Order: sequence, then C-alpha cells, then structure tokens
Amino acid sequence: MSPQPRMVTSAERLRRLLALVPYVASRKVVGLAETAETFGMSERELIDDLNLAWCVELRAPEPYCPIDLSYEDGEISISQAESIARPLRLAADEASTLLIALRMLAEAGADGDAVARLIAKIEGAAGAAGAVSSQISIQIDRPNARGLTATLDAALAAGKRVHLRYYVEGRDEDTERDVDPMRILVVDGRTYLEGWCRRAEGVRLFRLDKVLKADVLDVPASVPADAEPIDVDAGLFRARPSDELAVLELAPDVHWFAERYPCESITELDDGWLRIALRTPDTAWVRRQVLRLGEDARVVAPAALAAEVHDTAAATLALYD
Amino acid sequence: MSKRRTERLLSIVVLLLSSRRYLTAEQIRTAVSGYPDEQEAFKRMFERDKEELRDLGIPLETGRASQSDDDLGYRISRQDYELPEIHLEPDEVAVLGIASRVWQSAELAGAAAGAALKLRAASRDGDGDGDGATSAPPGIQPKLSTQEPAFGPLWEAVRDRRPVTFDHRTGGRSAVTKRTLEPWGVVNRRGRWYVGGHDRDRDAPRVFRLSRITGPVKLVGPPGSVKVPEGADVREMVKDWDKPRTRDRAAVLRVRTGAGSALHRWGQVTPDAAHPGWDLVSIAYSDPESYAGYLASFGPDVIVIDPPELREAIIRRLKGTLG
Repeated sequence: MSPQPRMVTSAERLRRLLALVPYVASRKVVGLAETAETFGMSERELIDDLNLAWCVELRAPEPYCPIDLSYEDGEISISQAESIARPLRLAADEASTLLIALRMLAEAGADGDAVARLIAKIEGAAGAAGAVSSQISIQIDRPNARGLTATLDAALAAGKRVHLRYYVEGRDEDTERDVDPMRILVVDGRTYLEGWCRRAEGVRLFRLDKVLKADVLDVPASVPADAEPIDVDAGLFRARPSDELAVLELAPDVHWFAERYPCESITELDDGWLRIALRTPDTAWVRRQVLRLGEDARVVAPAALAAEVHDTAAATLALYD
Repeated sequence: MSKRRTERLLSIVVLLLSSRRYLTAEQIRTAVSGYPDEQEAFKRMFERDKEELRDLGIPLETGRASQSDDDLGYRISRQDYELPEIHLEPDEVAVLGIASRVWQSAELAGAAAGAALKLRAASRDGDGDGDGATSAPPGIQPKLSTQEPAFGPLWEAVRDRRPVTFDHRTGGRSAVTKRTLEPWGVVNRRGRWYVGGHDRDRDAPRVFRLSRITGPVKLVGPPGSVKVPEGADVREMVKDWDKPRTRDRAAVLRVRTGAGSALHRWGQVTPDAAHPGWDLVSIAYSDPESYAGYLASFGPDVIVIDPPELREAIIRRLKGTLG
C-alpha cells in the first residue's frame, strides 16, 4: 500500500531531508523502494526530495554544489553530503516520545534485551533532550500477567496455537477455546491477546486478566490469510450494525460509567443525570451493569431490556423474603 | 508546500555548518539563492527563516562576525548539531519500528517516528537492513492514546517547567474549581492520565485526572519557573491515590452451582447440604456498598447470607432498581 499523498510544510520537508541525506550517505547504496517505505513516502516524493537536495547551490565564496547524489535502477547513492552527512540531534519531544514508548514496551513485557539496549543507546545519544521523559511514565495494569504475557509471546514467536480458558464477564461464563495468536496489544493500560479464535471463527481480543489458563499446543498456528487485525487506532470496540442500541440514564454519582465505556451519544439532563446511548452485541452485559448500579441507573430503551432488568431484580429480591 | 523555501533553508544549514566564522545576514544572502533584492522584504524573510530553523531544533548561534565591525553573524556548531554516532543491531531496528507506532496521536507519533529516522540515519554502517538481516518485530504492541485535550499543554508545561491553571471537575460532581498547579510529572496508570504537582491554592501536593480537566489549560509562568522537589515521584502519588482497598471483611454467600464462576474461583466453596443445587461460598470483600453492587449483577444466582450490612446493602440496591 503506497502512502497517501499529503501536504508537507517546508519545515517538515527540511526535517525529513536532514535525516534522508545522512540515511543514504551512511549506507553505500540503498534501495529506492525500501527508503521510501522507511520514510513513509511514495517513490515519487522521495525522488522529488533527492532532486531538491541535489539542486542546492551555494554561490559564495565560489559557486559550488555541496550535495552530489545519483539514483538509477531503483538504487540511490550519495557521494558527497558535505556538512549534513550526519543527522541533526534529537529534539526534546522526539527523544522523549520515543523513550516513553520504549519504556512502555519494556513494561508491557516485550523481550527485554533489545529494548534495554536501545533505551541505553538513545539515552546516551539524546543527552538532555531525553530528560522530560523521566517525568512522564506509563504503568500497565497486568495482575499476574507477567508469566502469561511471556507464555503467549513465546507461542507467538514459535507460531504455535494456544488453548485458553477464558472468563466472559458479560455472561459470567468460563469458556474453553483454541486460538491462533496474531499479536499482543496493550491499549488503555490493559493487555490483550489478539488472535484467530477457532470457536468463533473470527479475530477476537482476549483480555489477559480474564485468561484463567493458557496452554501452548504443539500445533502450528494457522491464521487465515484474510484475517484482518483490529484497527486499534479507530477504537478497540466498534459497534457492528447488528448490535442493539441501549439507552440508559445515569445519576451524577455514576457518571464515570459514561467515561469508561464507549457511548454513541451522551446528553446532560436538567437534574444532573446523563442520558447515554451505547451499542452492544450482548444485552446481558448491560443488564448486569444496570443491576450493579441500582437506583443510580435506569433503562430507557429497549423496553424488553428494561423489563428484563425489572424482573431480574424482583426475582432476586424475592429470595430475601 | 514551498519547494524554494525548503531549498533555501537547506542551503543555509549547509552553509552555516561548513563555516567556522560567523556569517552576516548579508553574506548569507550572497551565498544562498532565493532572497529578494528589496532590503525590507529580505529582512522579514530572513527573520522567518531563522525562526523556522530554531523551531526545528537547529542550534543557530549568533556572534560578532568580525573584530572590526559590530555586525551580528550566524553559524551552526557542528558539535551541537550532530547526533552522536550510534550503531543499531537488526533486532533494535525492529523494536524501533514498533516503538515509533506506540503513540496514537498524529503529532506525538510524528515526533517518535522522526527520532527513529534520525537514529537509523546515524547508524554508521547501516543497520543490517541492507543485507536482508532484518529481525522479526516483537509480538507485543502497546498503544498510547492521548485523547484528553489537556495532554498537549501539560506535556509542554512539564517539559518547559512552567506552572499551569485549569478548571477541574471533582469526581461525580458537576461543580468546577479553578486550580493553579506547578506540574512535576504526568503519569498514565491503567490507561488513565494523571498530572501531579504542587497545588498553589491548597499549598500541598495534589494529583488530577486529565479527563476531569474541563476547558483550556493555560501556561502561566516563564519556562524554568517550576522546581521539581528532590525525590518527588508522581507515580507514587497516583498509586496512593487510587490504591485498591484491602479486602478485610468476610461474607458468606449462597451461589447457584454452575453460576457465578468468578465467585466460585475466588471463594472457599462447600456444597450447601440444605439446598441442593447451591453452594456456600466464603469470600473476602472491602466496601459493602460497591460489593453489593457487584453481587447484584449476578441476579438470582447469588444470595447474601452474612453479614447483615452486606445483606441490607444488596436489598437496598435491588429495591433501588425496582424504583
């Protein structure tokens, strides 16, 4: 997939050129296609950048062209890069965002060795620019998950299928399933296994704190070629057209509920209550949540769910008579 | 996008890096193509160019261009400009690729990716990508979202050590209070962002959740005006703040066999001889109100036997649901 063409400011383009020239210069020769991919641009844009660098001409004291490069047969080489043969130092935001990301990778339980080496190298190279990263930290919730993460990571690396015992909280049910691992994700502080679930015959996410047991099977994982990884940047839980829309009202004390779960709409009511709408494949989950909130939550729609909540509460209360 | 502008800026960088002397604006104008003849227009353009170079982090120094005149000149010190030499192994390059995709906001992801490119460019003998010796990326892919509008200004404030003011909504209430904070650090704990520091109004250390900050965060002091005390640890402040409560109370529940699997897993289970199809489960909890809520979510599969405070709490909650 080629990158989408987009507008680049002259500053962004200069920043890119000041990395591109040394990138090529420090390698004797480098492929046009792979360089374009590394820099996230099309080959056309890359050639434009190379032409721009090549065109630089200083007129004094004597006219000369400081940068000499060539590209042909899909390969680039730079024979002269003068004073910009080395990249610019890391800016504070660059060093810090990268160091924070790496420390998060380490905290998530990624193979520690390469990550630790890289952190040390970057801290050394960044100097003071990396300082702000020490004031920003990421902690991941992973109750008892260190060993589990390692087990699943190993299965992933070895390309093995895993057998999971998995607790589905919405239905209060322990399930057994075989899963072909695709990757381990950490999103919003929680760790998930993404994999092809052979029971559901689809890509599913499994929260590691709900995995009761994981066994690596001596069977090669086989993820169907058309299995699409979940687009995490678009949100982990996206409603499907088949999902039911539930409308709830929440008292001021439980507004946190609207922060915790993805709502399709949130409306503030006059008395300080919130009216929220959320889509769910499983109204049993909503019923459990509403029962949990007691007098602080009301079901507006669907009517069948409201009736179900009412009947469940009445039946439970009857047990205390 | 102005190609000529990029070309001009690049020329200035090359020129000033290769000169040991300070060069005057006039000398730069002579050497670099693209500046207008008209003096005022040139001055304005040159000012903008200098600003843009500094914004990119290019260490543009100013000094006297010569002994004889007072003209101000410019140069870029190679030592301050250049990223120190570094060598990356193939497995490190693979990790770098994952790390530069951790941030979900385009701006922060761009900064991390920019850093990754510079590092790969600085890796002297290439980084093992040329000879096909690439290494598989780690299977773990963390993602960091910064949807809260307060994140950007707080990042800046922490980076530049500047105090901030903002409006803060206390949990569950719609009332808003104005706070002035000397921020010491920002922490993401269990997916939520917090800022910690010295609250000037309360004259004490405080922690705020970013999602509860309403309206704009304003930077109100000069850079460097916040002193982070020795040993200040925002991680610890946040940890203390939402510490899980200890489960120091004991309950006895009657749970339908085959239901309430989490309760069966965490409690001590014995079959209830008097009620076939039910188990007695002894289990620890902390707060009766919130635990009653949790137990209510199981519906008629769970009955609280003991203690009375928990029994009353769940009855109250069920009656609340019935309205």
